[in-house]
Amino acid sequence: MDNNQVYLKNVATLKLDVTKCIGCNRCIEVCPHEVLVMEDKKAKIVTLDACMECGACAKNCPTKAITVKSGVGCAAGIINGILRGTEPTCDCSDPGSCC
Amino acid sequence: MNQQIPQVSSTLSFQDKLESTLVRWGIGRMDHTVEPGIYAVGNPNQDSPVLISANYKLSFDALRKELKNINAYIVVIDTKGINVWCAAGKGTFGTEEIVNRLKKVGLDQIVSHKTIIVPQLGAPGVAAHEVQQQTGFRVVYGPVRASDIPAFLKAGLKVSKEMRQVRFAFIDRLHLVPLELTISIKYLLLLIMTFLFVTAFSPTGLNWNPAINLLLAYLAGTVLGPLLLPWLPGRSFSVKGIFTAFIAISIAAHFNIIGVTKREMSAWLLIIPAISSFLLMNFTGSSTYTSLSGVQKEMKIAVPLQSTALVLGSILWIITKFI
Ligand code: SF4
Ligand code: SF4
Repeated sequence: MDNNQVYLKNVATLKLDVTKCIGCNRCIEVCPHEVLVMEDKKAKIVTLDACMECGACAKNCPTKAITVKSGVGCAAGIINGILRGTEPTCDCSDPGSCC
Repeated sequence: MNQQIPQVSSTLSFQDKLESTLVRWGIGRMDHTVEPGIYAVGNPNQDSPVLISANYKLSFDALRKELKNINAYIVVIDTKGINVWCAAGKGTFGTEEIVNRLKKVGLDQIVSHKTIIVPQLGAPGVAAHEVQQQTGFRVVYGPVRASDIPAFLKAGLKVSKEMRQVRFAFIDRLHLVPLELTISIKYLLLLIMTFLFVTAFSPTGLNWNPAINLLLAYLAGTVLGPLLLPWLPGRSFSVKGIFTAFIAISIAAHFNIIGVTKREMSAWLLIIPAISSFLLMNFTGSSTYTSLSGVQKEMKIAVPLQSTALVLGSILWIITKFI
C-alpha cells in the first residue's frame, strides 16, 4: 500500500506527440514514476495521474515530442508565487528546508 | 596521474553526520556548500567512472559514502548549495553548468572515455543530447538513490527499473517529520498565545485546553498526516488532513478538553480540521509525487474553505468565552 502514489485524476498537463517520437527511450529512462512505456518502438503515456510534472522527459526528448507545463508541485511554492506575483517558486534562500 | 585533483574519503566523519542531523531538524542555517570542481575517490585512473554531483554538502556526502572500495571521479557542479532535485527544477543543476564545468576541470584530459554519470533526479534540468553535442560526453542517468550506485557501476552502468523509481515510503516520510514539525512552529506558538490571552481575560479565567487542542491540530497535520499518508482516504492532501483532524478531535474528546458546550465543540470542529488540512496541504512541497497543476487545483478549493473555517471557528470560540 505504500506505493499508492497517484495524485489528482486527469490534471497533469503531459502531452506526447507520437508522430515526432523516434523511440530513443530517454523519456522512459528519466521518469521517476513510470508514467511512460515503450510500445512498438514509440513512447506511450500509461499512468498520467502519476505524472508529477517534473519536466525531465520533455527536457530530454531530442525531438521535442513531449510537452508538459512543469513547475514545483508544492503549496508553499504556489503561495510564494502568488505573494510575489511570479511563477510558483520555492524559497530556496535556505537550501536545507527547500523542497 | 593528475596530482592536483583533491582526494575525498568515502567515510563520513562524526562532524559530517552531525551536520546532516542538524539540517534535518532545521537547526543552524549555515552554509552547506562544497567547492565546485573535480574530486578523486579511491585511486581513479583514466578509465574510471565520472559522477556528477550538486555542491550541496549533503548530496555530495550521500554520494561519496556509497563509494567504498570504488575508484571514481566526482565532478561537483555549482548549484549554489542546493540539492540536485531542487536545483534541477530551477535549472541551476543544468546543461549549461555541466558543460562549463566539464570544460573548466578539463575532463577530457583526465579520462580517456566519453561518459559521464548524472543523477537521474537532475534530469529535469539537463538535456542529455545537448550536453553530448557541446562536450562530446554521453550522459548516462544513474540511479535515483545513491545507495544503488555500487550495483549500477558493477552492472556496467545499467539501471534497473526499480532503481529509477522515486519511492515515498514510510521511512522517507519519517525523515521529513522533524522538518515539518519545526517549519511552522512559530505560527503555532503565536496562535496558542492568542488563544491563551483570550482565556486569561474571559470570565472563566486562564485555561490551557485550547493550547492542547491547537497542538493536537498541529501534530495531526505535521506528524500524523505525513506518516499515514497512503492510508488516508482521498487523493488531495487537504482532504487527507481532515481525516487526521478527526483523529486529533477524538483524542481531545477522549480527554474531555474539546469544550463543555456544544457551541465550543463546534468551534473546535472548525478550527482543528482547518489547521490540520492546511498543514498537510503544505506537505505537498516535501512529497515526491504531487504535480503543480494538481496542487493548484487543490488549493483553489481548499484555501478559501480552510481560511473560512479557521476564522469562523475562532470567532465562535471567542463568543463562547464571553457569553
Ligand atoms: S524521448 Fe522523445 S523521441 Fe525519445 S522515446 Fe521519448 S518521446 Fe520518443
Ligand atoms: S514530467 Fe516527470 S513525472 Fe511526468 S512523465 Fe515526464 S518525467 Fe515522468
